[in-house]
Amino acid sequence: MATPLEFTEAARERAAKILDRYPAEYRKSAVVPLLHLAQEEWGHVSPEAMACVARLIGCSPVKVAEIATFYPMFNREPVGEHVLAVCHTLPCALTGCGSVFDHLSEKLGIGLGETTADGRFTLRKSECLAACDRGPVLLVNRRLHTHVSPEKVDEILTELEKG
Amino acid sequence: MAAPLEILTAPLPAETDPGDIDAYMAGGGYGAVRKALKSMSQTELIEEINASGIKGRGGAGFSTGMKWNLCADRFPRYLCANADESEPGSFKDRHLLEAKPHQIIEGMIITSYALGINLGYIYIRGEFFQIIDQMEAALEDARKHGFLGADILGTGYDLELYVHPGAGAYICGEETGLIESLEGNRPYPRLKPPFFPAAIGLWGQPTIVNNVETMAQIATIVDMGAEAYKQIGSEDDTTGPRLFGLCGHVKKPGIYEYDSDVTLRELIYDAAGGIRDDNRLKGVIPGGISAPILTPEEIDTPMGFGALGKLGSMGGTGGIIVMDETTSMVDALLNASSFAAHESCGQCTPCREGVPWMNDILRRIRNGQGRDEDLDLLLDICKQIHGHTVCVFGQAPGVWPVRTILVKYWPEFRACIERKELVVPPLEESYLRPDQYEHIPPVPGNFRLKTEEADAAG
Ligand SMILES: Cc1cc2nc3c(=O)[nH]c(=O)nc-3n(C[C@H](O)[C@H](O)[C@H](O)COP(=O)(O)O)c2cc1C
Ligand code: SF4
Ligand code: FES
Repeated sequence: MATPLEFTEAARERAAKILDRYPAEYRKSAVVPLLHLAQEEWGHVSPEAMACVARLIGCSPVKVAEIATFYPMFNREPVGEHVLAVCHTLPCALTGCGSVFDHLSEKLGIGLGETTADGRFTLRKSECLAACDRGPVLLVNRRLHTHVSPEKVDEILTELEKG
Repeated sequence: MAAPLEILTAPLPAETDPGDIDAYMAGGGYGAVRKALKSMSQTELIEEINASGIKGRGGAGFSTGMKWNLCADRFPRYLCANADESEPGSFKDRHLLEAKPHQIIEGMIITSYALGINLGYIYIRGEFFQIIDQMEAALEDARKHGFLGADILGTGYDLELYVHPGAGAYICGEETGLIESLEGNRPYPRLKPPFFPAAIGLWGQPTIVNNVETMAQIATIVDMGAEAYKQIGSEDDTTGPRLFGLCGHVKKPGIYEYDSDVTLRELIYDAAGGIRDDNRLKGVIPGGISAPILTPEEIDTPMGFGALGKLGSMGGTGGIIVMDETTSMVDALLNASSFAAHESCGQCTPCREGVPWMNDILRRIRNGQGRDEDLDLLLDICKQIHGHTVCVFGQAPGVWPVRTILVKYWPEFRACIERKELVVPPLEESYLRPDQYEHIPPVPGNFRLKTEEADAAG
């Protein structure tokens, strides 16, 4: 069994604020926001992170696992420092997201769902990000890039390499 | 030519941060909240919303006044504003969330007050990171200005509103999936009827789930009055301003505000500047990926929920996906079907098994391995899913895109199967004319071929 994880003091304060949003008898409602918090802390939600969330809510870890395994946004394995997700649903497909994905894949030398050997980048596809008028779009970590072309991909990557 | 409106899209003063409450208030913002809480009774407010004729903007076009009237007479009641916007082709909610967070909050406060609600949530999809941050800050500012919290504006009315984030699952937009998600359960939709959220919703209590654009419109109605509001559009179809989002192969994609009398042709050719490279139109999905497709002969329709329903399509989210003559409809449908296959929540068998099965068949047709019987098989699977699932997802986006794109672009699908490769036939040969298929009422999206092939398929 891996060592139990514990939230930092700062994260525990944020967790308390999150729990405050729901009536005291419905603490379980905080599970998704708390899983987001855990993912911010540790990059992915391991079984230990789920157990940590379960302790805060006061439920069994399997209840948290049931939720964490449903939602695509929760990484259950470590991911790269930067997660790049190319939107590939119909409107972005009509505006050429295919070439954006292929270009990224070639530049990074990885395929769908893979992480570069140096742990810097993970490549994903995403479904409609509700910015279809500005496609193709690319979500880089928390930031949305619009009107993305292969040339713009190069700029974004250069920027990330620097940062 | 219909004239564009500037009601929901009214620009904020230049250089203003949309989250800035002082700037919003300087422009008259929170006036609707003051008016509602200070000068109107709960009954008057509900009557005002009823009189406005507003239909919800989340996709189904259900009367908001009626929904409020159906709210069971039990307390506490809760409010959930739906900002899960994940329907491919829809981006109007993002636009409002980015540009008018405070107007959405105003609508939520007024709705809560009208219905005696003291606690509400705005459910925002998890990928909207910046929007979530901005909304949380906006709620905090509203609280500081006395529009939230205890004894709002000295009226004795208390209300708390919070953001609740999603985590990437489309099904959380379905109102009962949203409620399950908010309760901290797997977001498996609930069977309805018998119980709708207005009777048994969040934590077993009466709950109003309304789309965030609906919320913003509530503030507009209180601002301008129901009488003026229902002059916009047409009372026998859809009233009030609409946000139409045009995307795909148009020259000027974006959000355009009109009333519902505007035609699809006007939106495509006038508002959005026409088709890229002046190509010809091949098909248009008029209200998010679930809405049944319309062919070039069908675009002289007004955009009201009723008018589109009569054509066998639907108003949906107002997200309009335009495809030109170079588009492969087989590819387009495969894309729509892959989305549905990925997003089925898995709770019920016809959807969990049937939707991915259709995706497999479409993929093999696209890859030149389609079989002669495949199109009939697809229609048969549609029939087996339709009406046999826990929630509407099975139909929309499960069945309707398949059934309607397949029936209307039948010759193109046949060509791919016969020639064993992906072909995009010349426009004239790719689709059927309206007299070659029929719409089976009352379910939108139910089309049947008038050919022998369809008769064989049943
Ligand atoms: C599969 C599915 C997904 C949905 N997604 C959304 C959504 O993202 N946003 C939304 O407002 N409504 C969505 N709806 C509609 C909601 O169930 C509900 O009708 C709506 O939020 C009610 O708001 P309104 O009455 O203001 O339109 C979805 C419905 C279904 C069946
Ligand atoms: S129809 Fe599909 S999405 Fe809806 S409950 Fe059934 S499996 Fe889930
Ligand atoms: S399809 Fe990519 S943002 Fe909508």
